[in-house]
Amino acid sequence: MQLDALISEAQQAIRNATDLLVLDQVRVNYLGKKGSLTARLKTLGQLSPEERPRAGDVINRAKELIQAALDLRKQQLEQATLDQKLASETIDITLPGRSLGVGGLHPVTRVMQRIEDLFTQLGFASAEGPEIEDEFHNFEALNIPATHPARAMHDTFYVSDNILLRTHTSPVQIRVMREREPPLRIIAPGRVYRCDSDVTHTPMFHQVEGLMVDTQVSFIDLQAILSQFLQRFFERDDLQIRLRPSYFPFTEPSAEVDIQCVMCSGRGCRVCKQTGWLEVLGCGMVHPNVFKHVGIDSERYTGFAFGMGVERLAMLRYGVNDLRIFYENDIRFLQQFI
Amino acid sequence: MKFSEQWLREWVNPPITTAELTAQLTMAGLEVDAIEPVAGEFTSVVVGEVLAVEPHPDADKLRVCRVNVGPAAPLLIVCGASNVAVGAKVPVALLGAQLPGGLQIKKSQLRGVESQGMLCSAKELGMAEQSEGLLLLSPDARVGVDVRSVLGLDDVSITLGLTPNRGDCLSVQGVAREVAAQNHLALTVAPSSAVTATLTSVQRVQLLAPKACPLYCGRIIQGVDPTRVTPLWMQERLRRSGVRSLGPIVDVTNFVMLELGQPLHAFDLHKLSGAIHIRYATANEPLLLLHGERVALGADTLVIADERQALAMAGIMGGSDSAVSAATRAIFLESAFFAPSAIAGKARRYGLHTDSSHRFERGVSPELVRPAMERATQLLLMLAGGEAGPIVEVSEPLYLPPQPTIRLRASRIQRVVGVAMQDPQVSAMLSRLGMSVSRQAGEWQVIPPAYRFDIALEEDLIEELVRVYGYNRLPKSDLKSSLQSAPLPEARTGPRQIRQRLVSLGYHEVITYSFVAPKLQSLLDPGQAPVALANPIAADMSVMRTNLWPGLVQTLLYNLNRQQDRLMLFELGLRYLPQPPDFNQVMMLSGLLSGPAAPTQWAIPPRELDYFDAKGHLENLMQLSGNMSPYRFEAAQHPALHPGKCARILRNNQPVGWLGGLHPQSVKTLDLRQEVVLFEIEFEALAAGYLPSYHEISRFPAIRRDIALIVDRQISAQRLRDCIQQAAPEYLEKVELFDVYTGEGIDSGRKSVALGLTLQDLSRTLTDSEVEDVMQRIVGRLQAELGASLR
Repeated sequence: MQLDALISEAQQAIRNATDLLVLDQVRVNYLGKKGSLTARLKTLGQLSPEERPRAGDVINRAKELIQAALDLRKQQLEQATLDQKLASETIDITLPGRSLGVGGLHPVTRVMQRIEDLFTQLGFASAEGPEIEDEFHNFEALNIPATHPARAMHDTFYVSDNILLRTHTSPVQIRVMREREPPLRIIAPGRVYRCDSDVTHTPMFHQVEGLMVDTQVSFIDLQAILSQFLQRFFERDDLQIRLRPSYFPFTEPSAEVDIQCVMCSGRGCRVCKQTGWLEVLGCGMVHPNVFKHVGIDSERYTGFAFGMGVERLAMLRYGVNDLRIFYENDIRFLQQFI
Repeated sequence: MKFSEQWLREWVNPPITTAELTAQLTMAGLEVDAIEPVAGEFTSVVVGEVLAVEPHPDADKLRVCRVNVGPAAPLLIVCGASNVAVGAKVPVALLGAQLPGGLQIKKSQLRGVESQGMLCSAKELGMAEQSEGLLLLSPDARVGVDVRSVLGLDDVSITLGLTPNRGDCLSVQGVAREVAAQNHLALTVAPSSAVTATLTSVQRVQLLAPKACPLYCGRIIQGVDPTRVTPLWMQERLRRSGVRSLGPIVDVTNFVMLELGQPLHAFDLHKLSGAIHIRYATANEPLLLLHGERVALGADTLVIADERQALAMAGIMGGSDSAVSAATRAIFLESAFFAPSAIAGKARRYGLHTDSSHRFERGVSPELVRPAMERATQLLLMLAGGEAGPIVEVSEPLYLPPQPTIRLRASRIQRVVGVAMQDPQVSAMLSRLGMSVSRQAGEWQVIPPAYRFDIALEEDLIEELVRVYGYNRLPKSDLKSSLQSAPLPEARTGPRQIRQRLVSLGYHEVITYSFVAPKLQSLLDPGQAPVALANPIAADMSVMRTNLWPGLVQTLLYNLNRQQDRLMLFELGLRYLPQPPDFNQVMMLSGLLSGPAAPTQWAIPPRELDYFDAKGHLENLMQLSGNMSPYRFEAAQHPALHPGKCARILRNNQPVGWLGGLHPQSVKTLDLRQEVVLFEIEFEALAAGYLPSYHEISRFPAIRRDIALIVDRQISAQRLRDCIQQAAPEYLEKVELFDVYTGEGIDSGRKSVALGLTLQDLSRTLTDSEVEDVMQRIVGRLQAELGASLR
């Protein structure tokens, strides 16, 4: 048989091989120890020494050709196998990921943390106090004696004659000032209670109290710190802020702080009752009588204090229009603050 | 304090608009709460005089009136009001008039009679919520004139939300003083002149509690007619201040109180017996109050009495027995100074709050007592007739409030405000507020006016200065302060980290009320007495929670009712226990798990959340402390939890919390259809942690041996671990429990537990025989102590 015919026969067989096993059989058939081409090599010995090299070359070239065809086919078949394997492993990558669900913080906590963060940057440290309080810390030490008309504004829950649920976070000021020496910079977030429940009042709510006492603290410093705080809190550097004279028995001068309405940018809307302003916190310089109660020399030190309602800020920040929803803890509400 | 803008402008009339005026009040610290028009919007309503009233031919209740409205021919108007009468002056809405609420007046037929307009009631003009009959105008009103101008209806009622320190602004005069100061104006109303007494009769007055009442004026007025109708102008003033007209005598006392700020009281003279005594009540002295309530007075309550009985709670409320009635012919009029300390808090104690107590608590100037008496007399004689006797004034000047002289230092202003203020500015601002100021080097001596009860200290003056100067005109501070960072304890786990870890585990934080329903609380913490509130807002919010589970369970129920059945909740807050003489208020972390372990999905086989989910989460939190070894879970009984699924949590052998399934009995009671796992742990037990401390990592290979043990079912995993620990050398690196099996192949009452032990030494490679010895020792100990056998 002519070599050319053998080569094309082998190439045909290689092309026809549909898997690696068959292909290997083809290899054995032609290039194996008993293969057709190997047999031809063995016939070289019968040739004359002159003929041998030339015939050897021809057979080796045929061998190379067949080997090349085998390699190519093998590569093709391997690729096909791999392709097949990959195809079979393909997943629907749009199926949802494995999840145990996500949780979230209560929006009130979220806002309290934000307030704390902003003041912590200024060196204020957190402080705490009891919620079942006595009249001394909640009222008397704050310059609100028993007969003071301001008591009527605090609808107080009582446990017994002298024991109550704190009506504001201000008693923490008293506890801190009695325990520590100035300079003081504290922030006290927490629950407070008033015996009042309607559309705009819940019997429990949250305040954050702030207090700074030092030798050089003035009313305009208070103004500057609160302006900066409110602009950062609402992330509006141009937020308009105004202070209005007000009255708290434990500060003097006292002020209510209004911000330009964040809902209508001060144009007037339902939320700000068409005034363009929203009342967000109360503040003032620590009253000399309060310093007297806690044993701080008011000639040496001055201080300021402020308090803000957390729910109010949360409502403004997140557009919540119903106060009571904070304490229903509807999971569909909570999930909005993930 | 509510008053009409017109009334205020009679006292002081700055050239500014209503909007500017109210903004100015707010920025002066007299916050404007409401501005309301005193009448609805309407046009073409004029004064008409009823000339004739004829019955309607076809309707019993209607009348046909002929009404003169000016130069044109009289109009025929059909009217249903019962008080329509010939000669009455009434508002007439002409054809084409627009009335409040969009009503337009057209020619119309009323039961066959044409009506050429409408006679109006106060309600129809938007001047009242309710009204009976036509609004009767003054007989002097000129026919044909616009009713808006006759009644001055282009006016607003201004409501101030006054702070307790500004009792001096509880009158038109007081607000006017403030407006005058803000606008550099003087008041335009002079005090009324004294009324000449035409009678000589007097009522004797004795001050028996001169500290509480150091000044008292009284006067007799004879021949009054309480049945006269208060003129419309005064009714309107009162109405625009939110006060109802109740006849001329009460109206005058109210009017003077609103105008000047002095509460007055009128007694029926003929019901008094003997002299007036101002004294303290005797204990439990009875008094029938004006509004019909009978009270037993406390001995610290000041009363106005005659020689027989208490007549009134001084400065708070009059008594019924001596009250003015339609039959009254003579009155004894009282104008007095009561010390704020004698009145403060008393009304509230009796559950009362009156316009009078509101003012006296805050302080009413003693300088008002006489002018108010004169003003009231003048008005009473005008409105109710009669003749006045001389004023009897009794006083103990020693007990009148002292006029303090207050030292104000320029240096103090600078320190408190942060801004320097000097003269003439300081003197001028204080003088405008009615203070007398004398200047010395670097300081001032200031005497506040008698009506300012809130000014006693230097700080009070500083506040006034800043207020008058304008809070928002102060320069901006550039905020200089010493740099000082707050402590940052690294070993402590803060609430923030704990919250964040739980959120990452899939929990939602909730905040629930600290006061809960006693029934639910006792279901979830049986046997623990809670702290009860004396004045709860509702029965189901009447005790302070002794643990946080009631709020969590309530949240579960709330959400289950809204088809939300997968809940992983936590709350961080105080729980309150009575601990006489104090209270034990401890911060707790509590959680609740119920429903499917994962949100509905395809990739995880469905199962319910259970005890071990919660335990895994708690262990995760414990890891935050940096050291798990102080924590232990031990089987124990909590009356609210499932007796077989309940663990007490210990830290350093101290109980710090609970974990378990809600007791099946409670599951039933609460009508729940799914299991609930609850936990609680003291926050402090998680917060107190350890700083990481490096230990060497072995360079030698670890050897692992697995064993499967068969033990009695009640032998806990903890006991197996403890036993292994005791028998093992220190190079036992860890013990992992990887299978628990009961069922086929295992005797009932026993279970198979598979454990993987890893052994590794720091300094050498362990030999096989060494490890074999160790394993034998361990298994031997397990066999001996716990009856374990190898599977």
